Amino acid sequence: MTTIRVGHLYPDYLNIYADRGNIAVLSRRAAWRGHELEVTGLGLDDEIVPGAHDLYYVGGGQDREQLLVAENLAGKAEQLREAVAGGSALLAVCGGYQLLGRGYKGFHGEEMPGVGLLPLETLAGDRRMIGDVLLECELEPGVRRTLAGFENHAGRTKLDPGAEPLGRVLAGFGNDGESGFEGCRSGRVVGTYLHGPLLPRNPWLADWLLAQALAHRSGGEPPELEPLEDGLEAQAHEVAAGRARARSRR
Amino acid sequence: MRPAVPLALEIAAARAVASLSRLAGRGGGTTIPGKLLAALDPGAIDRLAARLPAGAATISATNGKTTTAAMAAEILRPRHRLAHNSAGANLVSGVASTLLAAGRAELGLLEVDEGALPEVLRRVRPRAVLLGNLFRDQLDRYGELELIAERWRAAVAELPDGTRLVVNGDDPLLASIAETRIGAVAFGLDDPRVARPSLQHAADSKYCVVCGAPYEYATAYVGHLGDYHCPNGHLARPPLEVAAREIELHGLERAAFDLVTPDGTRRIDLPLPGLYNVYNATGAAALARALGASLDEIAAGLGRFGAAFGRFERIAVGDKGLLLLLIKNPAGANEAVRTLVDGGAPRTVVIALNDEIADGRDVSWIWDVDFEPLLAGLDRLVATGGRAAELALRFRYGGMDESAIEVVPDVEQALDRGLELTPPGGELVVLPTYTAMLALQRVVAARGLARPYWERAA
Repeated sequence: MTTIRVGHLYPDYLNIYADRGNIAVLSRRAAWRGHELEVTGLGLDDEIVPGAHDLYYVGGGQDREQLLVAENLAGKAEQLREAVAGGSALLAVCGGYQLLGRGYKGFHGEEMPGVGLLPLETLAGDRRMIGDVLLECELEPGVRRTLAGFENHAGRTKLDPGAEPLGRVLAGFGNDGESGFEGCRSGRVVGTYLHGPLLPRNPWLADWLLAQALAHRSGGEPPELEPLEDGLEAQAHEVAAGRARARSRR
Repeated sequence: MRPAVPLALEIAAARAVASLSRLAGRGGGTTIPGKLLAALDPGAIDRLAARLPAGAATISATNGKTTTAAMAAEILRPRHRLAHNSAGANLVSGVASTLLAAGRAELGLLEVDEGALPEVLRRVRPRAVLLGNLFRDQLDRYGELELIAERWRAAVAELPDGTRLVVNGDDPLLASIAETRIGAVAFGLDDPRVARPSLQHAADSKYCVVCGAPYEYATAYVGHLGDYHCPNGHLARPPLEVAAREIELHGLERAAFDLVTPDGTRRIDLPLPGLYNVYNATGAAALARALGASLDEIAAGLGRFGAAFGRFERIAVGDKGLLLLLIKNPAGANEAVRTLVDGGAPRTVVIALNDEIADGRDVSWIWDVDFEPLLAGLDRLVATGGRAAELALRFRYGGMDESAIEVVPDVEQALDRGLELTPPGGELVVLPTYTAMLALQRVVAARGLARPYWERAA
């Protein structure tokens, strides 16, 4: 049994789209493999200590809450970059995803600082992009898998040239509604607009993150995790994917 | 510009459409005439409202607006002939339909959708405005709740001086909207014995609107509603003019409390369960009082009250009972769960999750609901509706054994499966989202067990 240490950033502020569902999925799926997930909330007054956590999680918040934490997180950027350089995995969803870039420019020119961990920046748009979304991802060469989620964001996220998106948009808007790509991936760091929450209906990504976290813990390669009976997850994925496809046909 | 068609003719045309729509069997026809009128001549709504001799009052909230409006109607009915949108048609078109059908009504009592409130206030110019609560709800449809609050704040600032504002003082966001308004009435709860030990997971509006510091709560009742203050002194719960004290919750049966007002105190025995209904009743009392009702009228009206359609409904099905409790967002569903557990947790439950526009396309909210208190007593979950599998996952990852979960997407089949699992003399608990509730009511009506809502509302 391994204890996987998760640092959950600002759980009191960034939790708008049921982020605790993602944590619950990581926790159960670790437990079903005989591992334990130890989740520590990291708030405004807590330090990020490189090496102390195998996986970080940043959720989404309302604009106001996001603003309340943005400066604080930017002040910890150095430690977070060091943690990730040391092999910690990270999942950031929606507002958390925006915070990982270089920053967010609002409608009236106001700027919110970012961490600069992912090669991207976000500009406010005039219309929210809302709805079911379906992606095709290839995190390892030749292994193509889909992610089904729900997006609801006004920000248009632009990746730098050469940056690796999380996936190709099969249906929905994605990063900016025009590039055809969604999210961003850099090593063990994944940022995405997809909530719903993301992991219950996309258990392969939960397992991928757990494997990366275990690799950080052991200092070795990501292990093969024992497969689970994921019938319900597959059904939920199929329904959500169907919603996204139906929308793109409209 | 006013069209050449006189108002009377528009009314006649729109009413004819309503009758046709009902004859054609297309549901209640509750908003079709209003949609027609709103399209023909939006200004007609203003003129229809202006015809009401006793004026109008509006009721808005994320949760409980239909029930609160129905309670206020019960209190005010002996005093006035009402134009009341009791079937829950609460957009601008629904308000228009209600005013159209009002005939000789004296007082408009209008439940209004959160998003539609600014336009309705502008057109209807009510005498009194009740703001009940703001919780996170259907983020895909309404946007973030701060946005709604800002639109409400702007709309309240535009209200004429004579309009009475009645707000839930336990909601910090609403209290901040009412803070500078002269004559605003705050209502709320005042009984630490029924408080939650801590803020719930899905609590919203936790941070001071001025400085962003977390509010300190002396007591938290439902979601972020409670007795709060900013540690830096910016905002605190206002003094309550109308308050509920000495609250007793009797499981799924009823709730009782002392209604404390400047005119005196009355013991209210409410034939409805749950703390959220104590909020609804206290709000309805404060609104009715602002409209001139006496304490005797308020107590009598609340005592007579029966549940608003479908929000909480008991129906006999042969030798079994059916209990329907609407769930639509984390705060409301948490209260439904708490009320169920207080009444003795059910062993079988049917939960119906749809994702139509009226339910919210985004189903992520189910992960913010604290369903866990149900798990200890639960032998079987029948998950149904368009997103049944997602709901099943919520319970699987909440710790329920997968073998105890049945996924039956068809709502009628799920109802029958639930009834099959219910012993004779027992009661089946069904928690549906809005459109799933409508589907269940159609099934129940088709089997001759209850009348359709548009007949009951008439």
